[in-house]
Amino acid sequence: MIAHVYITPKEGILDPQGETVGQALRNLGIDKVAAVRVGKYIEIDLPGMARAGAEKVTREACERLLVNPNIESYTFEVVKGD
Amino acid sequence: MRFAVLVFPGSNCDYDAYHVVRQVLGERAEFIWHREASLDGFDVVIIPGGFSYGDYLRTGAIASLSPIMEAVRQFASAGGLVLGICNGFQILIEAGLLPGALISNSGLRFISRQIYLQPEGSGDPFTAGLDTGRSYAMPIAHQAGNYLVSPQELEQLEKNEQIAFRYVTAVGERTPDANPNGSSANIAGVLNREKNIMGMMPHPERAAEAVLGSVDGLALFESIIGRS
Repeated sequence: MIAHVYITPKEGILDPQGETVGQALRNLGIDKVAAVRVGKYIEIDLPGMARAGAEKVTREACERLLVNPNIESYTFEVVKGD
Repeated sequence: MRFAVLVFPGSNCDYDAYHVVRQVLGERAEFIWHREASLDGFDVVIIPGGFSYGDYLRTGAIASLSPIMEAVRQFASAGGLVLGICNGFQILIEAGLLPGALISNSGLRFISRQIYLQPEGSGDPFTAGLDTGRSYAMPIAHQAGNYLVSPQELEQLEKNEQIAFRYVTAVGERTPDANPNGSSANIAGVLNREKNIMGMMPHPERAAEAVLGSVDGLALFESIIGRS
């Protein structure tokens, strides 16, 4: 399986990068943009694992290292690899 | 006193700290590589500034998992003094040894300049010899020094006297203008509850000799060794 992990600044946490990118998009005339948050995308290869196991490992990876829960939130999906 | 100066891949203020301890204070200091697992025999641990592991993932996140950090945890729980400067502060936060979070400066820029800070007089050994009515000049040099705590956590920190330093003006006013990076309540340095671990973004080791433009940082090291 392959885990796709999406990490974003938590709601209410200052995201100067997101604000700046949002402003730049509006400057380009893409003015429907209300807000942008810039985060991280991480892919984890988990060969030979069943879905439940892969989800468990991914959650542990997020909670123990990949995400700082004080400032970030995350979601992930586990998909079949090649 | 015997100081350990930890060295991670990407540490770059390690020699500065080592120099201050040995040449300026005349105390003993040794470099300790991050793969080592013991801090036996040391009185003080300095976690120096730099860009450990290239700031990968989050500043300090990877270094906080190095083998030496388990030794730091044990050293601190036995009452040893731990001082984290700049990236060292970030590492202590990621290790869960200090509260709060450090995020990008509110202005997005890397800031390298002199600032002023004032000790709170929190009854800790790091600032015991400092004057709470004075502004101390020290440089900052960081991209992620914006100290963030929730209003509830801030209340706890104030109640427990865990704030070590705040950013102030040259004449000691705690104004938004004196705050270089957007930190909550102008916080520049914090303590753990037991007050034997301190993290700070400013660099006292870069302000410990007249040739560097300020000797205000020396007072902190002298305070640690009880010489002030």
